[in-house]
Amino acid sequence: MDHPETATPLELSEQSRQRIADIIDRYPTGQSALMPCIWVIQEEIGWIPPAAIDHLVDTLGVTRARVHELLTFYTMFRTEKPAQYVLEVCQNISCHVLGAREIIAHLEKRLGIRIGEATPDGKFALHGVECLGACGHGPMLQLGKHFYEYLTPEKVDDLLENLRKDVVPRADTDRHLEEDA
Amino acid sequence: MSREECKILSARFGRPDGHRLKVYEAEGGYQALRQVLGERQPDEVIEAVKESGLRGRGGAGFPTGVKWGFVPKDADQVYFFVNADESEPGTFKDRYLMDYDPHQMIEGTIISSYAVRANLAFIYIRGEFGWLIDRVQKAVDEAYAAGYLGKDILGRGYDLDMIVHKGAGAYICGEETGLINSVTGTKGQPSIKPPFPAVSGFLGKPTIVNNVETVAAVPWIMIHGAEAYRAHGTEKSAGTKLWSVSGPVKNQGVFEVPLGIPFADFYRDHLGGMRDGEEFKACIVGGSSVPVLTADEMMGCNLDYESLQEAGTMLGSGGMIMIPKSADMVELIKVLMHFYWDESCGQCTPCREGTGWLHRLIGKLLKGEGVPDDLDLLDKVCEGMGGLTICPLADAAVMPMQSFLQRFRAEFEARIHETATPGSPSRWARGE
Ligand SMILES: Cc1cc2nc3c(=O)[nH]c(=O)nc-3n(C[C@H](O)[C@H](O)[C@H](O)COP(=O)(O)O)c2cc1C
Ligand code: SF4
Repeated sequence: MDHPETATPLELSEQSRQRIADIIDRYPTGQSALMPCIWVIQEEIGWIPPAAIDHLVDTLGVTRARVHELLTFYTMFRTEKPAQYVLEVCQNISCHVLGAREIIAHLEKRLGIRIGEATPDGKFALHGVECLGACGHGPMLQLGKHFYEYLTPEKVDDLLENLRKDVVPRADTDRHLEEDA
Repeated sequence: MSREECKILSARFGRPDGHRLKVYEAEGGYQALRQVLGERQPDEVIEAVKESGLRGRGGAGFPTGVKWGFVPKDADQVYFFVNADESEPGTFKDRYLMDYDPHQMIEGTIISSYAVRANLAFIYIRGEFGWLIDRVQKAVDEAYAAGYLGKDILGRGYDLDMIVHKGAGAYICGEETGLINSVTGTKGQPSIKPPFPAVSGFLGKPTIVNNVETVAAVPWIMIHGAEAYRAHGTEKSAGTKLWSVSGPVKNQGVFEVPLGIPFADFYRDHLGGMRDGEEFKACIVGGSSVPVLTADEMMGCNLDYESLQEAGTMLGSGGMIMIPKSADMVELIKVLMHFYWDESCGQCTPCREGTGWLHRLIGKLLKGEGVPDDLDLLDKVCEGMGGLTICPLADAAVMPMQSFLQRFRAEFEARIHETATPGSPSRWARGE
């Protein structure tokens, strides 16, 4: 079939291709394998480019509409290239009573953008999100796979300073990296 | 009441090495599984769990053994799902269970799956818990390598595969049919019940969905027996419960206590009271979807299903949100209504439109544009939502909304007379 969206073919590592093959093997139907396969691609590329949609349609035998359905329903899937560091700050009730608003105001000031925006250089984006399951650890933000918790303006400054130098500091949820070493 | 008194679920919380298979085994881990596969028929496991009085810890509190008993005995294929979507605002206990003790949950899942004769189990973890998903996957890999998962487990002829499934950001996938639909590779929108998943769920086959905390209690019950479990808690609320506590108290965190203890004791002994300079005003005791109680009401409650229901709220997920006097109740309910509006899956008109109305009306109050009729309108919108939808998300929005209005009406009325700057009149009060 001719796919009008395919401008460039999907570049995917051998490792990710193997992961996709394993998922297809383990999940009972092609469609049930769709969500984890989207994750494999997003975890490697950072988002789901049009060529990835073609790839999913071809490998899983699902319709194009089905892929779009998932990509638009689930808020964590990205259909545009994201900023290098996407900071997602919890705005829900527990973080709110623990001072999330002050933390957001501080981030906005330091980054020179409002919540929902990205810096023009594409380095940072700032999002307000719903409860992340870190309620007794707030205020907090998520960056990639990790949570930065018990935030204070000083801790935010330290985080931003490091990220500007492309150093991702140890997150509060990183403790097992040392334990497992 | 000492803090060490009961550690059925939380024995390894806070320990750096509790997640390792070796540590879990050294402390008696996987002995329950050996015993069950060696000595008990699936139905005997179901009976034991029924007798223990264990109730679902995901929110609804349904008796676990009874739910397992609904699976038809002649089913050719059964699925078991662990609900680790943990997205109810105020709740963060399943995270502790998976972070500090993933093998306890895995062992509980294997025994539970055996009880309902499932050969494939999914652990559905919310996608935001990126680091936890890696941790649980590692533990599952360890369990496979040790022969606790896969074909012919421990040589007893039972097969079980376990898949760690990563969610992708949707509160509604925590609702059990939404969760099942999500794993079939569609939008995670709930389905109408009946049929209940125990009869027709994943791919049309009988499917049991249980919360992480529910399955985590199963190994202990198998080893120590139903009676020992019932020795904790009250007659109808057996065992222990994990409370996730957030807010400006001295000690936040996840606490395991027997069901039925007085809140006042818990507040004093575990939370240490409020932080200096803060005063206790209100509490949402079971996650954001249950009615709020005032501090006075809370001080008179016991922490179990029945007492909390009598007091006009629900135990829910045990996500205890402690609200200080300095918090503005109108702002807080705006945060919550934004959440339900954002997370409504949009299938049912009363939910999709109602949550939008509530959220916009409160926004109007906060902008100083409210008029007295708005409070009645809030009530009316709530009346048009409750009990009318496919899943309880609409009710989950209505319960905090109505209870905030009822118990803290003066704060809402003040908003009609004042703008966000206290003392300056709203547009209505200015006669505009
Ligand atoms: C909107 C909504 C969200 C829910 N979210 C969760 C959740 O995150 N985790 C959970 O275990 N149960 C959640 N539930 C409850 C589940 O539908 C289901 O009752 C539960 O997982 C059953 O397990 P249990 O009997 O062990 O409690 C939610 C229900 C609703 C209506
Ligand atoms: S009540 Fe709301 S969330 Fe639940 S099925 Fe209906 S629209 Fe979806």
